[in-house]
Amino acid sequence: MPDRDTLIHIYTTMVRIRAFEEKVEELFLAGKIPGFVHLYIGEEGVASGVCASLDRSDYIVSTHRGHGHCIAKGASPRRMMAEILGKSTGYCKGKGGSMHIADFSVGMLGANGVVGGGFNIAVGAALSAKMRRSGQVAVCFFGDGASNRGTFHEAMNMASVFDLPCVFVCEHNQYASTTPSTYSVSVKDVADRAVGYGIPGVTVDGNDVLAVYEAAREAIARARQGGGPTLLEAKTYRIKGHFVGDPERYRDRSEVERWREKCPILRFEDRLRADGVLGDAEMEGIRSAAHQEILEAVSFAEESAYPDPDDAFSDLYASCAQGEGCGI
Amino acid sequence: MREITFSQATLEAMAEEMRRDSTVFILGEDIARQGGIFGQFKGLPQEFGYERVLDTPISETAIVGSAVGAALTGMRPVADMHFADFVTCAMDEIANQAAKIRYMFGGQARLPLVVRAPDGVIKSAAAQHSQSLEAWFVHVPGLKIVIPSTPYDAKGLLKAAIRDDDPVLYFEHKALFAMKGPVPEEEYIVPIGKADVKRPGRDVTCVTYSVMVHRALEAAEDLARDGIEVEVVDLRTLVPMDIDTVLQSVRKTKKVVVAHEACRRGGAGAEIAATIAEEAFDYLDAPVVRVGTMDVPVPFSPPLEARVVPRKKEIVEAVRRIV
Repeated sequence: MPDRDTLIHIYTTMVRIRAFEEKVEELFLAGKIPGFVHLYIGEEGVASGVCASLDRSDYIVSTHRGHGHCIAKGASPRRMMAEILGKSTGYCKGKGGSMHIADFSVGMLGANGVVGGGFNIAVGAALSAKMRRSGQVAVCFFGDGASNRGTFHEAMNMASVFDLPCVFVCEHNQYASTTPSTYSVSVKDVADRAVGYGIPGVTVDGNDVLAVYEAAREAIARARQGGGPTLLEAKTYRIKGHFVGDPERYRDRSEVERWREKCPILRFEDRLRADGVLGDAEMEGIRSAAHQEILEAVSFAEESAYPDPDDAFSDLYASCAQGEGCGI
Repeated sequence: MREITFSQATLEAMAEEMRRDSTVFILGEDIARQGGIFGQFKGLPQEFGYERVLDTPISETAIVGSAVGAALTGMRPVADMHFADFVTCAMDEIANQAAKIRYMFGGQARLPLVVRAPDGVIKSAAAQHSQSLEAWFVHVPGLKIVIPSTPYDAKGLLKAAIRDDDPVLYFEHKALFAMKGPVPEEEYIVPIGKADVKRPGRDVTCVTYSVMVHRALEAAEDLARDGIEVEVVDLRTLVPMDIDTVLQSVRKTKKVVVAHEACRRGGAGAEIAATIAEEAFDYLDAPVVRVGTMDVPVPFSPPLEARVVPRKKEIVEAVRRIV
């Protein structure tokens, strides 16, 4: 059982992610967000439980459904919201958007628009950490859909062969876009695939944040001590559609409602209450602070300027000037 | 000046850069224990160890993908592709990840990554071991494309590529590995983005790179006997492209042949020809002519291979068509 500060930190993180995502959905439906957004609602226990055991200097590699990972790793909701609205004060100065948020200052190496595109980047970050003898760990978040990519295989094998400090965290949220994992994944538990790479595979209830926390803590500690990679699978559920506006013709509402009852935040609140860690008033205080923080993030984003159109020509190359082709 | 092979020149570049900077390392298949399938890494693990000269599984996706991750986190990886043909197995990592990460994250990241890709036609290697694929990458903003023709350039440009903070694709023609040429003992760099006039001439400009530089020089030698002076411009890097040197030559000769071993259709030559048409149309006295491999996969049997891959003869014919 983690200490009280850690429990409160985990709870606060989950609540901040939920508040952020609910606001993003509202803004998207109000037509204020260009492009498209993928929400993490219902999966907060995974990022919050895993990142609680990471240091600021550790690395994470994220997915197209990455807002929760960003917040859990310490990114600023203000700069995230500004990026999602396409503003110059965003993390990527408006060049990335929801699917490409990164904050290198907290080891968040980027969301990724390519499903399964992050596995080997995480392997490389872990290889780099090992070569630099830095003691850092790299965590790769991915979904059940991504576990069907060839990149998964090459990454798992290489991480195992080189004993890299890498933890692969499968957020098994039951759907790859519209395709259920029962249809497209050859095994019931993605963690079973770890056997093929000679590494530990662990499956936990992803909506039980403490179960995620304990399993991740052990995997991260093993990686840090030179014990090599782990495949950790958190069984969870994508409460919202693949993207905001998804007509969701591929599943019954009753299924969604059943999972709503397993909400990881409500479950954790019951636990915190029962264990006397936090009372209702304290939890309400945390929720209200989170809402306030997100409202301020929205104000910041809305008041920020759009980028100058000519900023489209900066940041392509590190070693040359601005212009079409960025100097080239 | 001493003469060493193209392969030895790249080996010296690797060793010098690895001595200079402890974050430089190389990863790929058969590079450490085997020394590279063309011997281009021989001796490196003895000096730098088996971690910095890292033999990997046959996993091109993981080789380039992990190089991207390592580059983002403080290392300077050099990823070897065995054969340039196999970059197809790492296209997402090159085109969607490496090329875009810095830009899409608003300049937060640096990506000092070199992908070495031995390309080109040699000894009936057939369709999947003979390609020149540089044009694909010219088309993707965010990459730099280096493609040397001599041992001197190979060494100086590889050192520049390793020191560069952006992702660089380094294409080295397999037929050039054994070629000898003058390379100074003392250290030097060849800057990325500077073409080199390998032979001056007043009548026709041949814009070329990689192995075709040598075919162009042979063609120029033949044509000189008939009083036709060909200026051979070796681009050396395709992105950034030193179009100024090309245009300067075109304004002088007013006639251009563009030659590469890659397929003609959609090749880098098309980009070069179009740029010349846009920038120097009024100077041209003849259409720009392109020489490239015919648009079929490279066939195996020697007479078939010879039929489709351009050599000196095709350049000579192209020049004669416009003088």
